[in-house]
Amino acid sequence: MKIKLHIWRQKNSSDKGGFVRYEMNDVSPDMSFLEMIDVLNEQLEAKGEEPVGFEHDCREGICGACSMVINGRAHGPQALTTACQLHMRKFKDGEDIWVEPWRARAFPVVKDLIVDRGAFDRIIQAGGYISVRSGSAPEANSILVPKPAADSAMDAASCIGCGACVAACPNGSAMLFTAAKVSHLALLPQGQPERMLRVQKMIEAMDREMFGPCTNYGECQEACPKGISISFISMLNRDYLKSSLVQIKKGAEKVQAQ
Amino acid sequence: MLQLDAKIPSGPVDKKWQKHKFEMKLVNPANKRKYSVIVVGTGLAGASAAASLGELGYRVKCFCFQDSPRRAHSIAAQGGINAAKNYQNDGDSIWRLFYDTVKGGDYRAREANVYRLAELSVNIIDQCAAQGVPFAREYSGHISNRSFGGTQVSRTFYARGQTGQQLLLGAYSALSRQIDDKTVEMYPNTELLDVVLVDGHCKGIVVRHLISGKLESFSADAVVLATGGYANVFYLSTNAKGCNVTATYRAYKKGAGFGNPCFTQIHPTSIPVSGDHQSKLTLMSEGLRNDGRIWVPRQKGDKRHPSQISEAERLYYLEERYPSFGNLVPRDVASRAAKERCDAGFGVGPGGYGVYLDFADAIKRLGRDVIDERYGNLFEMYERITGENPFDEPMRIYPAPHYTMGGLWVDYNLMSTIPGLFVIGEANFSDHGANRLGASALMQGLADGYFVLPYTIGDYLARVKPGAVKTDHAEFRGVENEVGARTNKLLAIKGKRTVDSFHRELGRVMWDKCGMGRNAAGLKEALQKIPTIREEFWQNVSVVGSGEDRNQCLEKAGRLADFLEFAELMCRDALMREESCGGHFREEHQTPEGEALRNDKDFSFTAVWEHKGPGREPELNREPLTFENVHLTQRSYK
Ligand SMILES: Cc1cc2nc3c(=O)[nH]c(=O)nc-3n(C[C@H](O)[C@H](O)[C@H](O)COP(=O)(O)OP(=O)(O)OC[C@H]3O[C@@H](n4cnc5c(N)ncnc54)[C@H](O)[C@@H]3O)c2cc1C
Ligand code: FES
Repeated sequence: MKIKLHIWRQKNSSDKGGFVRYEMNDVSPDMSFLEMIDVLNEQLEAKGEEPVGFEHDCREGICGACSMVINGRAHGPQALTTACQLHMRKFKDGEDIWVEPWRARAFPVVKDLIVDRGAFDRIIQAGGYISVRSGSAPEANSILVPKPAADSAMDAASCIGCGACVAACPNGSAMLFTAAKVSHLALLPQGQPERMLRVQKMIEAMDREMFGPCTNYGECQEACPKGISISFISMLNRDYLKSSLVQIKKGAEKVQAQ
Repeated sequence: MLQLDAKIPSGPVDKKWQKHKFEMKLVNPANKRKYSVIVVGTGLAGASAAASLGELGYRVKCFCFQDSPRRAHSIAAQGGINAAKNYQNDGDSIWRLFYDTVKGGDYRAREANVYRLAELSVNIIDQCAAQGVPFAREYSGHISNRSFGGTQVSRTFYARGQTGQQLLLGAYSALSRQIDDKTVEMYPNTELLDVVLVDGHCKGIVVRHLISGKLESFSADAVVLATGGYANVFYLSTNAKGCNVTATYRAYKKGAGFGNPCFTQIHPTSIPVSGDHQSKLTLMSEGLRNDGRIWVPRQKGDKRHPSQISEAERLYYLEERYPSFGNLVPRDVASRAAKERCDAGFGVGPGGYGVYLDFADAIKRLGRDVIDERYGNLFEMYERITGENPFDEPMRIYPAPHYTMGGLWVDYNLMSTIPGLFVIGEANFSDHGANRLGASALMQGLADGYFVLPYTIGDYLARVKPGAVKTDHAEFRGVENEVGARTNKLLAIKGKRTVDSFHRELGRVMWDKCGMGRNAAGLKEALQKIPTIREEFWQNVSVVGSGEDRNQCLEKAGRLADFLEFAELMCRDALMREESCGGHFREEHQTPEGEALRNDKDFSFTAVWEHKGPGREPELNREPLTFENVHLTQRSYK
C-alpha cells in the first residue's frame, strides 16, 4: 500500500506546531497503525531527523497510552479500537491520512502527538477509590455482589483512561471518564459508604482541571475504544444531585492514615 | 564473593512467616514519618507497596516512566490471579498451592518464600474485593473461579479477560488515595538511570525527567525496585514496549547479585508473527487453553483450510502425549511441544510457525454465549489483529517470550545484596524457580507489595538513622555525572543505524541461541556475537534530537544499551547451567521422550551473579536450595 501522511509536528508545549507531509510507499496491510509510524520513524532516524513523538506502551489496547486523532476521529476509523490495535487494512491504497494529538484545554500538547493527561490522575486522586487499608479487608465472599451489579461495574471499570472521550467532545468534557469511575464504585456494595462524598469530590476536581461541561453531544461514547456507555453519565448526575442534598461533615471525610 | 544469607526463619515452613513477623523490629508509629522510602515502579508490586507504605505513615516517593502510574505493564495481564481460597471445594489448600508452585518451578525456588506466597494469596483476594475490583461472580453473588495451566484445581480469580487491569486499577486507586493524603509523592514520566550507594547502603537514585530531559537525584532511607521483567531483551515479546532491564541491571553493576538471569518463560499462546514490521507479540491468555483444543495436521505441510481437515487427520498432540493434563500442561511443556511440531514441518499459517487453538468443540458443548462471555474480548482482539474470527475458524498461536523468572537476588525480607535496596514483583528472582505457573505473577506482585515488604522494610529501617544522607552528598554528584556522560555519549555518536535495528539484531540472536531451546555451541556463539553488536551500537547508532526535552529515541537507546550488556549475562548463566529445568531447556540434557532433565545433584542452587567491574568476568555465587517439605521428582504431566 501507498499512503500520504500528514502528521502534526510540534517541538514542545510552547512551539506553534503544524502538519508535515510524509509519503509512505511500502505499507503492509497487516501492520498496526503504530507499526506504520515506527517504519516512518526509522526512516527519519536513519536520515538524522527527529522521529514523531507519540505515546504507546502495551500495544494491546489496554494501557490507554496511545492517543491520536486519525482523520478527525479519536483513535481512527474503526469502532471500539485503540490506535495501537488499528491495522492498515482498514485504509485504502493511496489514502491521505491526517494524524494529530488530542485537542483539549485540559490536555496541553507536550510534543508532536503527546499530550499531558495528568488531569485524569488528579480526578482519581480526589476520590476515585474505596478507602481500605492493606490488611484490613474482610473475607472476600462475606460481601456478596449480585452478578448483574458486578457485570455493570466491570463495564464501567473497563475504562482505559486514554482520554479519547475528552478529545472527541466539542466541549472537552471529562464526564464519561469521571462517570465510569464513579459508577464502577457506586454499583458495588463496597463502594456505598463513600459514595456521596466521592462523587462530589471528583466533580469538583474535574471542574478545577479546565474540562468543559457536558451538554449531551454523545460523541464521547462513539469515540470510546472500550464502548463505555453514556448511561453512566446519567448515573453520575443522579448521584451528584443526591449528594448535594446530603450534608457531609467536614473532617469526617476520610479514614485518616496513622 | 557475595554474602548470601537468605535469612530464612527457622521452624516448620507453615510457621515461619508468623514467627518472623513477630520477631522483626518495628518502627514506632510516631517515628514512621521521619523515614523516607523511594519506590520505583507502579505496577502491581510498586503501586501496592507505595500505597501500603504511605498508609503506614512513611514518606514515600514513587516513580514510573509512563505518563500515569495506571499504565504500568501489569495492566495488560489478562487471565487471572491464583489464590488458595478453595471456594470450589475441589481440594485446594495453601499446601497444594505451595506444592504446585514449587513443582511447577521445577524445584528451583526457595520453599520458605513460596509457602509465604501461598499463605498470603488468600488475603490478596480479600484486599482486592474490598477495593472494588469487579471479580467475575456467580449468580449467587459469590466470586467465581477458573482453572489454569499446571494445576488440577480451580483457583484462579479473574475479571473478564482484564484481570491485570482491574487489579492494577485497585492498587492505583489505593496509591491515588495516598497521593491525595500527601504521604506519597508521585513522579510519572520519570526514568531511573542509576542507584546511589553511600557506605555500602542504597540511599537514593538518579533519574531523568522524560519531558524536560533534566537529571535529578533523590535520597531516601531505603529504595524499592518494582521495575518489572526484562523479556524485551528478545525484542519481540508479549511485554509492553517500555519494559526494560535498566533499573535492575544498573543495580547489578553497583553490586546487587543477579539471580538466575537465564530463567525466562516462553508463553505458548501468542499470535504468530505477521511480518518484519512486527513490533511486539500479542498474547492470547492461557485461560483459553481451558476450552480450546490444540492441534496440527497429522500430515506434514498440509496447507488445507482447517475446516477441510477431518477429525482423523488432526493430531491433538498435547492431549495425546499428556492424557491427564492435556491442553493444560505447564507453559514450558506446551511451548516446547509447539516448537517441536513446527520445527518438524507440521506448523500452520504463513511461514509454518503456528499451531491451531480450536474452540469448535467448546462452542458445541457450552454454546456460543458462554464462550463469548468467557473470551469475547480476546476473540475480538484476535480478529482485529489477524482479520480472522475464532468463532468461525481456529486461532493460530505460537510461543513468545513472556516473563522472566530471573531477577535481582533477594533474601526472605526481599532485600538484595545491597543493604537498603529492596526488590519486589517480577524484578526479583524469588518465587517461581525455573518456571512460573499461570496467574501466579499477579499474586506474587501483590503479596510482595501489600503484605510482605511493608513489614520487612520496617525491620531494616528500624536499624538505620532516618534522613542520614541528603542529595548534597558527593556520591550523588558522582553518579549524576556518570549518567549525564552516558547520555551525552549516546547523543554524540550520530551514526547510521536505528536503535530498533540493533534491538532486532540482538533479539534474533537471543531467540535463536538463548530462547526455547539452548545448547553449548549456540550459547558460545551468542557470547561472541553480542559484544560485536554492542561495539557497533556504540559506534554507529543514530540517536537523534537533544537531551533537553522529550526524546523517545534516547530513551530507547539507553534501555537497549543495558540489554546489550545484560544479554551476555543471560547467555553465560544458561551456559553454566548444565541441566534442563522449567523454562531453561538445554538440548544436551533431555529424557528419551524429549522432556527436561534436571540435575539435582549439581544444580540444586540459585545462581547469583556478581559484577566485577568493566571488562572482567562476573563471578558466580550459589545459594543452595534445600527441600524439606516437597519431595523432588521428575515433573510428570502424563
Ligand atoms: C500480556 C501479559 C499477560 C499476562 N497475564 C498474566 C496473568 O494473567 N496472570 C499473572 O499472574 N501474570 C500475568 N502476566 C505477568 C504479569 O503481568 C507481570 O509479571 C506483572 O504484572 C509484573 O508486575 P510488576 O509490578 O512486577 O511490574 P510491571 O507491571 O511491569 O511494572 C513495572 C513498573 O516499573 C516502572 N519502571 C520500569 N523501569 C523503570 C525505570 N528504569 N525507571 C522508572 N520506572 C521504571 C514502570 O513504569 C512500571 O510502573 C502477564 C504478562 C503479560 C506480558
Ligand atoms: S498502546 Fe496501550 S492502549 Fe494503545
